[in-house]
Amino acid sequence: MSEPLLQVKDLNQHFKVSRTFTVKAVNGVSFDIYPGETYGLVGESGSGKTTIGRSIIRLYNPTSGSVIFNGREISGKLDRDTEGMLRRDMQMIFQDPMSSLNPRKKVADIIGEGLDIHKRHANAAERDAAIGEMLDKVGLSKSHAERYPHQFSGGQRQRVGIARALIMNPKLIIADECISALDVSIQAQVVNLMKDIQEETGCAYLFIAHDLSMVKYISDRIGVLHLGYMVETGTAEEIFANPIHPYTKSLLSAVPFPNPELEKRRHPLAYDRKAEGVDYAAGTEHTIEGTHKVLATDAELARWTT
Amino acid sequence: MEMKNERTILQINDLDISFKTNAGVIHAIRGVNIDLQKGETVAIVGESGSGKSVTMKAAVGLLDANATVNSGEILYRYVDDAGKETIVDLLKMPKKQLRNTINGSHIAMVFQDPMTSLDPTMTIGKQIMEGILLHKKVDKQAAAARALELLELVGITHAEARMKNYPHQLSGGMRQRVVIAIALASDPDILICDEPTTALDVTIQARILELIKEIQARLKLSVIYITHDLGVVAKVADYVNVMYAGKIIEVGNVNEIFYEPKHPYTWGLLAAMPDLETDDDRLMSIPGSPPNLLHEPKGDAFAARNPFALAIDEKVAPPMFKVSETHYAATWLLHPDAPKVEMPQELQARIARALKDVEEYL
Repeated sequence: MSEPLLQVKDLNQHFKVSRTFTVKAVNGVSFDIYPGETYGLVGESGSGKTTIGRSIIRLYNPTSGSVIFNGREISGKLDRDTEGMLRRDMQMIFQDPMSSLNPRKKVADIIGEGLDIHKRHANAAERDAAIGEMLDKVGLSKSHAERYPHQFSGGQRQRVGIARALIMNPKLIIADECISALDVSIQAQVVNLMKDIQEETGCAYLFIAHDLSMVKYISDRIGVLHLGYMVETGTAEEIFANPIHPYTKSLLSAVPFPNPELEKRRHPLAYDRKAEGVDYAAGTEHTIEGTHKVLATDAELARWTT
Repeated sequence: MEMKNERTILQINDLDISFKTNAGVIHAIRGVNIDLQKGETVAIVGESGSGKSVTMKAAVGLLDANATVNSGEILYRYVDDAGKETIVDLLKMPKKQLRNTINGSHIAMVFQDPMTSLDPTMTIGKQIMEGILLHKKVDKQAAAARALELLELVGITHAEARMKNYPHQLSGGMRQRVVIAIALASDPDILICDEPTTALDVTIQARILELIKEIQARLKLSVIYITHDLGVVAKVADYVNVMYAGKIIEVGNVNEIFYEPKHPYTWGLLAAMPDLETDDDRLMSIPGSPPNLLHEPKGDAFAARNPFALAIDEKVAPPMFKVSETHYAATWLLHPDAPKVEMPQELQARIARALKDVEEYL
């Protein structure tokens, strides 16, 4: 395999709320993303999946651990050159397109902001051409450039969000719940668009979502998070065909299938970490096979695999 | 006032509602018919803006001030305080009377976001007691005892201590349980759940749905679910109404809708959602976006997004064609003269797979 595009090693992200209380949002999370692949992060709300995305792109300053992107360390203090590289080559698509687009700016200026900041164009005509081309690519028309975000529907707004991320021609796009706010029929359109773009530009995605069937569909590899720990990671097939960790199992059992005869008979598995006495902090990473890894102590692993 | 049969508890006939806005009149509900039988669960599925919430809000008198009911009736059969069975039209009832006699005590509603439907300044015990004291002639002690009983019914542990908690001290799933307890406080006949689990995690969602099912069986409730999640529908519903642009475009029992859908929109909805075995390169998606009902479409509202649209779709809206006793769909494709159109390959494969799974499981 080639060099990973992004290497996250032992990432910790803690937030000090008061003198006596610190929220440990992310604890010792490690994973790699290779060029052109899609890595899915799943977990319930509060599991730290969004925090990981935001720590990587440096909306937060990681407490400890290392993040290597494009062969450069980006978790510590950033020098000018590295920051420029990071802001160009890594982009983010946010969950709610309405609150992530400036309502007072025209779509052309929202999409073109990155170009302006990084001085990626020689003159105004070149800039407008680039924006027009990008609008085409995400399925909007050039005439949309002069409109404001409120004049679009939800799905179209998310396309603007995607166009804004893509115009810098990034190597990695962090998609944070970017389809959860959309209707089912629109979700499929946006997912197809993201897949097409990946095929064309070869960018990698960090796809953060709570909808497991969508994550399974779009991702090559998946990481399952719970309470800030990465409890299980592996290829989509490995995780879904052979889940080891009881949390993963309970998560999979809770996904409703669009199959009424079966769904009415299925009952979700309960998972109570305290009752089962699972201690995440004591667990170490165990390799099951290939890239399939589980966080567990030796005793726990023995119990789960028998 | 007549109802279709003895067991019908709620019957919506030809409901038609429009909203006056600054931009013009929005014709949001365009002739909706829904039946609910006693003890059964009906789901209303649709995208945002399809009018699914508005329909049920009309039934409980919660329509916004700019709404006008152009026509239609919502018949409701219940046993009144005197013990006599009566049928009323909820749309004709004065609002005050509706509040005093029907809402809460006979028809209760659970909303999407438990944080905004609870009062943050009141303990949850008080909030549950509020409804009991209002609707039943009981004293405070009895109401408190009943509130405790309800908290236990919805699966909240240490109920006694929880009574004194405020909503912010509870997790999302716990809060939604409290909302359900409040809805159940005065023994309603009908529970309307408007996206009850959309704001919750899948693991919590599964538990809340199981809880509602269990309570429904125990208390013989009739339940209406409003949702956009077909997985949820598969889990809970007996009958499904698929709604698009203010109309019911397909109705049937849950197996008919999932295994033999007839309307292209239902095909699109089912195919757009990947199941755990989907490995096609592309998801089948419905092109375009829902119509703006400010400009009411001529003919079939779905025609513009429908790859199977016929010439007539642009001119005349299709009536409901009968497929079976319980299954109806509003698409010209079911007309005897229409060309034969099969549902898309991907969906056929998916349904075959689903049926095979069922066989293996049984």
